[in-house]
Amino acid sequence: MGWKGLPLISIVTFLPVIGALIVLFIDKNEGKLIKTTGIIVTSIDFLISLIFFFAFKAYSPDFQFVEKLPWIASWGVNYYVGIDGISLFLVLLTTFLTPITILSAWKAIEEKEKEFVIFMLLLETAMLGAFVALNLVLFYVFWELMLIPMYFIIGIWGGERRIYAAVKFFIYTAVGSLLMLIAILYIYYAHYKQFGFYSFDYEDLFRVVFTFKEQLLLFAAFGLAFAIKVPMFPFHTWLPDAHVEAPTAGSVILAGILLKMGTYGFLRFAMPLFPLATRAAAPYIMALAVVGIIYGALVAMVQKDVKKLIAYSSISHLGYVMLGLFAFNLQGIQGGLLQMINHGLSTGALFLLVGVIYERRHTRLISEFGGLAKVMPWYAAVFMIVTLSSIGLPGLNGFVGEFLVLVGAYKAAFAEYLKDLHVGHFTFVVLAATGMIWGAVYMLWMYQRVFFNKLTNPKNFKLPDLNLREAVIFVLLLIFIVWIGVYPNTFLSRTEASINKTINRVMISKEAYFNRGRAMNASTIRITEVERGLIVEKVPMGEGR
Amino acid sequence: MNNIYYLWLIPFFPLVGFIINGLFGKKLPKPVIHWVANVAVWSSFTVAVIAFFDLLKVVPGQRILVDPVYRWIFTGGLAIDIKFLLDPLSAVMILVVTGVGALIHVYSIGYMHDDPSYYRYFAYLNLFIFSMSILVLASNIVLMFVGWEGVGLCSYLLIGFWFEDEEKAYAGRKAFITNRIGDFGFILGILLMLVIFKTLDFVEINKILIYHGETLSVTALTLIAIFLFIGATGKSAQIPLYVWLPDAMAGPTPVSALIHAATMVTAGVYMIGRLNLLYAHAPVAMAIVAAVAGATAFFAATMAITQNDIKKVLAYSTVSQLGYMFMAMGVGAFAAGIFHLMTHAFFKALLFLGSGSVIHAMSGIQDMRQMGGLKKYMPVTYWTFLTATLAISGIPPFAGFFSKDEIIWSSFASSRGGVVLWAIGVITAIITAFYMFRLVYMTFHGENRSPEEVKHHIHESPAVMTIPMVILAILSVIGGWVGVSPVIGKLFGVENSNIFEEFLHPVFAHAHIHFHHYSEATEWWFMAISVGGALLGILIAFYLYIKRTDLPRKIALKVWPLYKLLFNKYYVDEIYYYLFIHPIYLISLLFLWRFTDVYVIDGVGVNGSAKSVRFTSRILKYWQNGDAQVYIFSFVLGVVLVLGYLLLA
Repeated sequence: MGWKGLPLISIVTFLPVIGALIVLFIDKNEGKLIKTTGIIVTSIDFLISLIFFFAFKAYSPDFQFVEKLPWIASWGVNYYVGIDGISLFLVLLTTFLTPITILSAWKAIEEKEKEFVIFMLLLETAMLGAFVALNLVLFYVFWELMLIPMYFIIGIWGGERRIYAAVKFFIYTAVGSLLMLIAILYIYYAHYKQFGFYSFDYEDLFRVVFTFKEQLLLFAAFGLAFAIKVPMFPFHTWLPDAHVEAPTAGSVILAGILLKMGTYGFLRFAMPLFPLATRAAAPYIMALAVVGIIYGALVAMVQKDVKKLIAYSSISHLGYVMLGLFAFNLQGIQGGLLQMINHGLSTGALFLLVGVIYERRHTRLISEFGGLAKVMPWYAAVFMIVTLSSIGLPGLNGFVGEFLVLVGAYKAAFAEYLKDLHVGHFTFVVLAATGMIWGAVYMLWMYQRVFFNKLTNPKNFKLPDLNLREAVIFVLLLIFIVWIGVYPNTFLSRTEASINKTINRVMISKEAYFNRGRAMNASTIRITEVERGLIVEKVPMGEGR
Repeated sequence: MNNIYYLWLIPFFPLVGFIINGLFGKKLPKPVIHWVANVAVWSSFTVAVIAFFDLLKVVPGQRILVDPVYRWIFTGGLAIDIKFLLDPLSAVMILVVTGVGALIHVYSIGYMHDDPSYYRYFAYLNLFIFSMSILVLASNIVLMFVGWEGVGLCSYLLIGFWFEDEEKAYAGRKAFITNRIGDFGFILGILLMLVIFKTLDFVEINKILIYHGETLSVTALTLIAIFLFIGATGKSAQIPLYVWLPDAMAGPTPVSALIHAATMVTAGVYMIGRLNLLYAHAPVAMAIVAAVAGATAFFAATMAITQNDIKKVLAYSTVSQLGYMFMAMGVGAFAAGIFHLMTHAFFKALLFLGSGSVIHAMSGIQDMRQMGGLKKYMPVTYWTFLTATLAISGIPPFAGFFSKDEIIWSSFASSRGGVVLWAIGVITAIITAFYMFRLVYMTFHGENRSPEEVKHHIHESPAVMTIPMVILAILSVIGGWVGVSPVIGKLFGVENSNIFEEFLHPVFAHAHIHFHHYSEATEWWFMAISVGGALLGILIAFYLYIKRTDLPRKIALKVWPLYKLLFNKYYVDEIYYYLFIHPIYLISLLFLWRFTDVYVIDGVGVNGSAKSVRFTSRILKYWQNGDAQVYIFSFVLGVVLVLGYLLLA
């Protein structure tokens, strides 16, 4: 249970709520104090979460620090949380980005600070909860819970069309979630039918066997909810609006973490729960991913607003993630997972950088700038490094992720190629690889128009460079951007085992899948997949629950 | 395979220099800045020299030393190491890179002394040496790619060094993006390599090719070779991706010398040298390399004829000379290609430094039409420049003669070459001699045509600039003597005169390219033809630009369409713009964004469904308006309908 008897995951997940309670008792005019409290609480949360990193057993595929308490026991709803290689870095990314984000809002948010900090703290709890939840009801609760603070953050502190954007964001995501809820309930009843008791627990639901048709429908329902969150083309149009209207802090969290919920959902739930459907859908999803990569990049290229440009670039980056995940091999999924983290760092940093200039000039139009490198050299330098990270320059984080994704997709292409001459995949890889060209095109063009050329706009003549607070933020981000680029093994070694486990679940053969069902119905056997082969071990019923 | 545990120091020193100058340079005094940068690169050079001698101590057949630093990417079966490799090929290359690099660092002290961004310049320059040494010393293709992209970044930063000038910033971006197009091919090559060889390590790949080369699919090997060559056309400015290099002259001139002439642009040639076995197994790919190279050498040379910007002439000349190097690689004369790479590094770096010295003296003027007669003002620049010009023209006994002649000869004698390639080589040699001497005559001879206010300031450059030039001039003379072809060697009674090729032999030994055998007399004749061609080119230049200076204009007018075509560089930039760049932009803006995204998906799809919901509810709300009469009416209507249905059914 937990870590050395401590319910560590619960502590990390709910510490922000306690922080929110503290903030509740602070006078609302004490803005600085409120924000400081928020930063301190979330920083402590980050420091505690580092225990996950250090105490994590890298070569174990299983969930660690597990906590399980009955919640509504008769319905099979449990408070069941744990961390494995897939969620470890997403949890760390969340605890890392939240204090940074509040710090970034030090000057940007100067009204209703109390509400703001409370929403941020609740949001952190919801996000962490979604990443650690191992019971589908628990997951769903956190998943929906995320929406509310985000809705208010966009709706209250956003730009001119904030209400429109907030409503659009909310409805878009809610539509997807409802279908997912129906699917969750379906699985739940299917489990009851096959095993005679109710459960929403992650590991339990894996034993349920669905016909291929059922799988397709369930995958579609889960997939739509996740695809909207990712967002995949053509379900992406909420994103540019949400980003443009959201305050910097909202954009950072949105891009840095919320978007990862979609890809995480695919990897954690949709793919392993419905392996046959996943495989059948893979070519289509890969195609959409590739469309997203190119489409997002080309549309980003023609944007006039820096923030919108970065928003569209997210679609392109997340396309890479999806491509990697659906390659169904170690490199592809590790690359995809790493790209999630990378995107959180790089795009998070980009939004923060845009926030810096927005705070000074209250505009984000590219045409308003030019020659900023002259007046803000440090700012320009940081922006350059982050840009390079975003376009995948080797030595920085983006390259490792992109490279692994391409390796994975390529291997998948060749596996297919050799088997049944399915050359479609090969085209995907070639098209996806063009992403490295487009990325350079839109980012560097924007960079030139903002930072290079002559400094002509008088409003930019006296812009102050980064201050200490901002410098601290970016140094923190840059450390990890360089770290992952130079020594990605920190990351790779800890994710490998869990990803292999997931791959085995996805790549299970049809016979094994349906046989598993038959064996299951004898209700005495639990399956564990080890490496590629399937090993059936007999375990008494009820063990581990 | 032995270890050499200090090789990592070569990239390490410049990295430190970059970090120091990059982080603190702004507050440091200028001497500290350039001392930091220079000490860094000279230290690297020293280490390279030590490593070279350590390599010589090893028996020739086993000259492969490695320095494993750490495991970089490790996932499943895929392991990519940060590991450096020293063999004769990388030893030559690293000596050239750090050596020429060090000289240009010294030169830069003089050239850049007034620049307000002094620290930034030296930081970038150190970063370049760092990246380039990674590229050269990499023991696997991914690490090479790290350096490959790294030098591209430095190139981008240094071309756009004076970023306030939009044209310069644009040139930098153009370079980066064009290179990225090439790198797209390069990365596909890497991926295919991984699938075919299951390893990315050069030594391992060579082993596989030596022992199992015949079992591998030739198609796959050809594809890999072509993909990687696409990368090379970007980095090494070959058709169709050469367009960035002429514009790259926007950068400071020492940068043009170091990056865009001597070192970075030769990376593609080096890459093929590294993977010579792979190319040898893919004859089609080699034929493509040779064909592209021949075309590039010729067309670039023709474009150089009409340019008036001193650096532009040199830029096209670089493209053309790179064509020669690739020609050598394409016909399997790998050692000759690397040899020309080395001598070219000496004389082309010198030509750029000389032009820098001229531009420096001319207060920034680069147009040769405003120069002339500079010989008497700047003797050191003139004589060193002339040495380099003789070298590039292929006049014996200057360095370029030996390397270029070997290439031209190989392009004929190799089983992968032929008389067409040879003819292209000779014609290009004539044109090269012509445009180079045109440049010398227009710049240094005749009347001075510069504006009065500039004329006063014309002066020889300081020693810090001229000394590197003199050293390079010496190298431009004697640098070729290490690779004297056996026929000439015999004349002087020297056996094994081509020690350069012998030194590199272990690297290329397994490629087994067949060279036809010809008599010594034939070889002498061919040599005479290429030298004669060069002399002819010089003679024409002399006649047109010294004797009859009125003639060039008249000729240009007579063949005006051709002249215009050459002057506008065959309109390639314009063709690219209207064929690719502009259409892509318009499609993205109008079709993808405005139509698909805003109108179809968001407008019709998303907001459309929202509107239809609103519309439906707007209609439905009339039934719920609180008016009792309407409720009763609908109630009655409902009852009637239900009853009616029941009765009729």
